[in-house]
Amino acid sequence: MKYYDKLIFDLSKDGKQGYSLPSSKWSASVGELPSGLCRTVAPELPQVSELDVVRHYTNLSQMNFGVDTGFYPLGSCTMKYNPKINEEIAAHRAFASLHPLQPASSVQGVLKIYRELSRALSAITGMAEFTLDPFAGAHGELTGLMIIRQYHVSRGDLKRTRIIVPDSAHGTNPASAAVCGLEVVQVKSNASGLVDVEDLKPLLDDTVAGIMMTNPNTLGLFEKDIRNIASLVHECGGLLYYDGANMNPLMGVVRPGDMGFDVLHLNLHKTFSTPHGGGGPGAGPVGVAAHLVSHLPVPKVMEAEDGTFYIADGACRCPSAPEGAGVFGKECGCMPDCVCGCQSCGQISGFMGNFGVLLRAYTYILMLGRQNIRMVGPLSVLGANYIKESLKDSFRLPVPGVCKHEFVFDGLMDQSTEVTTLDIAKRLLDYGFHAPTIYFPLLFHQSIMIEPTETESKETLDGFIEIMKHIAAEAATDPETLKTAPHTTPVRRLDEITAARQPVLQYKDMCI
Amino acid sequence: MAFAYFPHTEDDIRAMLERIGVSSLEDLYSDVPEDVIYRDQYDLPDAMSEHEVRKYFDDIAAQNRQMLCLCGLGAYDHYSPAVISHIISRSEFLTAYTPYQPEVSQGTLRYIFEYQSMIAELTGMDCTNASMYDGATAAAEAVMMAMASTKKKKRVLISETLLPQVMNVVRTYARYNGIELGFVPSHEGVTSYGALLTELAAGDVAGVLVPGINRYGIIEDLTGFADAVHAQKGLLIVYSDPSSLAVIKTPREWGADIACGDAQTLGVPMCFGGPYIGFLACMKDHVRKLPGRIVGATHDVDGKRAYVLTLQAREQHIRREKATSNICSNQSLMALYVTVYMSLMGPHGLRQVNELSYGGAHYLHDRLMDTGLFKEAFDKPFLKEFTLKSLVPVKALQEALAAAGIFGAVEVEDGLVNFCVTEKVSKEDIDKVINVVKEVKA
Repeated sequence: MKYYDKLIFDLSKDGKQGYSLPSSKWSASVGELPSGLCRTVAPELPQVSELDVVRHYTNLSQMNFGVDTGFYPLGSCTMKYNPKINEEIAAHRAFASLHPLQPASSVQGVLKIYRELSRALSAITGMAEFTLDPFAGAHGELTGLMIIRQYHVSRGDLKRTRIIVPDSAHGTNPASAAVCGLEVVQVKSNASGLVDVEDLKPLLDDTVAGIMMTNPNTLGLFEKDIRNIASLVHECGGLLYYDGANMNPLMGVVRPGDMGFDVLHLNLHKTFSTPHGGGGPGAGPVGVAAHLVSHLPVPKVMEAEDGTFYIADGACRCPSAPEGAGVFGKECGCMPDCVCGCQSCGQISGFMGNFGVLLRAYTYILMLGRQNIRMVGPLSVLGANYIKESLKDSFRLPVPGVCKHEFVFDGLMDQSTEVTTLDIAKRLLDYGFHAPTIYFPLLFHQSIMIEPTETESKETLDGFIEIMKHIAAEAATDPETLKTAPHTTPVRRLDEITAARQPVLQYKDMCI
Repeated sequence: MAFAYFPHTEDDIRAMLERIGVSSLEDLYSDVPEDVIYRDQYDLPDAMSEHEVRKYFDDIAAQNRQMLCLCGLGAYDHYSPAVISHIISRSEFLTAYTPYQPEVSQGTLRYIFEYQSMIAELTGMDCTNASMYDGATAAAEAVMMAMASTKKKKRVLISETLLPQVMNVVRTYARYNGIELGFVPSHEGVTSYGALLTELAAGDVAGVLVPGINRYGIIEDLTGFADAVHAQKGLLIVYSDPSSLAVIKTPREWGADIACGDAQTLGVPMCFGGPYIGFLACMKDHVRKLPGRIVGATHDVDGKRAYVLTLQAREQHIRREKATSNICSNQSLMALYVTVYMSLMGPHGLRQVNELSYGGAHYLHDRLMDTGLFKEAFDKPFLKEFTLKSLVPVKALQEALAAAGIFGAVEVEDGLVNFCVTEKVSKEDIDKVINVVKEVKA
């Protein structure tokens, strides 16, 4: 990677333009607008040529690490290979040119994809029905919790406002719960890193809306008491939410629906191979068990009896409904299980989710088919355990035994050096690997969370193992090199404190 | 047969199992209770080859109609230059994660910083985050942000001239978040200033959300709005189409504290509604309540200029149940679409896009009025989309257009139909539309 120091604004020169537009042949002109409605000074956007733009962003790309450039063992992120055919299908002009409000009769193909993908996700997870509207994992969590609240409210069970979250959970779980108006109650992990069933029992009463879990959990451990936990929560009237962040090791082996979960979200950008794009766009479809189908968000795609598809928008379609009844209008008096859309938790996205991302995920599912899906989970678990067993003499393994798709080390085995997890992560960058997830989960001080995924070969894992051992050795012999790593990247360690204390958040702030 | 996405040979698997000390892949699931293991056949199609997948989607693509788009209402058929699809397809951008390791993510961080700078420039606001899911969710976040910024207030007012989907999403979030919403009705197609003053009189309003250009396509005159809202210590939130901000008054110029909207209009294809990109910007005083990722400039240990995710103490993974937003990502790649688009267009190009759209929209408007089949709904200034009252049955109008391959005349309210024209629509297109419309019988 080479360092390139320009911002696009640095290349700007008055009079250049990177895209040619025709001059206007219309007689009307924006100059006719009342001046009180117009902007007074033109925006200072860059003025550059087309080649300036292409070169600038190509140069920027070369300072980036991606799955296509190297191994990305980022725990809990499932950085698997993003197949190229996915991109080709998503870029199909026949899809890209469709307006989201086009009449259903003109987009039957698109609506068919919504139904087929929903059905495929149901088959994979054991859930009754899906919404494809949520834009991301966190958005899926929020949607799932809204469905849970709507379920309790629709039954007149209004005091269920508390949600149980394990102490090992990612911060997004409690944040989603708070945004959804739920009070978070934490349940402890036991010595084996699993939810402590004895600690859970006293928390279960008639104020509990449900529990949020990920299985395997953030330590990569399978919650083997899950069926017992499910019965306990269900007995007290609560529902089980499955955070699908860690679904990959279960793909083709275990279905969350069979473990007793009522609601789940999937991260299509993790388990279903769609690219992370430097932070997004992703997609976070939410699946529900049969008793929650009526509460899924709108708009949703429905199949008519004649096999055509239409979109339910939350208006009550029942024959006896008064005009204007439904989610956003009048009460229609329908039963909580009415599936016409009127019992929905509401609308959570402008249109119907990230269709372009859904296309990629469905392409992946069609490529896998019923045969190859069986191997996704097992091969991801194989890779994680292989790394863990190969490195457990050099790094501290707080919870021994078989892991699932990922595992956590708690720093170096040799604790006599000053070398920290951060130093190890930065040193890996020098050797051409991305760093693992670090300082998460919060249960340990020096967490290093490693997830290889099923798309990485033994050769790649062997290369990583060798370098990790080498770094462990360097920690003893040459700690200074680690403490000052990285050395070969386009920039080195950053001054993050000044960045936060004196925020420079746009180009103009730099010029002051 | 080996599957392309699994790189392991039989020997590899055997050697790896041996290192782990188990004898089969199944043994790796020995901790999983037998009764949750799924042994049935998955109800999925047989694996397809790439060739079969291509054909499958070609067939499905053919089951949709490509139409001349004359519809706005939150998704716009602006042109996306070829450079954009080329740049966003670069693997180094496409296959990267969130830039947690800034030393190997300067590409992503740099373009997000540029994106923030450009959105700040268009909206006139001091700071902007690294992007949101879409316009509707950005509006919902803006409403929650106003609540978090003004502790003692309990209500947020939203204008009934906002796009329907934006209102619906804000309603959903507010309902579960426990925010009480008040609705400011429309008066002659714009947010009623009189009704706003009445609602504000109670003094319990944390924020007011109004559109810059509304659901009827009308450019709202927000004179006096900021003063009225600020007088009772609330925040003004303006929802904008950022493309239009190259020519129309900015949220900053209206005195907004928070600006939000959907940046799909800046180079992002319509793609049946997503992925798009919401933007959220604010004045300096509120930056610590701004949700989502933010990139800041700094330097490395050698003094080189560098960029990093900053102000992370705001974020949900730190604040957990104390968070006021659960956003933990951004639409990075969509921010790249927008950044490359704005770089290509520059100030003059973006103005010209508005000029061409304005000219075409007004031509269509006048020709439609000439047919005698429409009446003005409001007769107020508009940019690229407008609303007319149809004097012929709307369904007949829509069907006649659809039969000619034209998508337009979407009904916004009873008898009121929307039309939108971008720079992609030619005079020939519009003359054809008029010929079709003329044939519709009352």
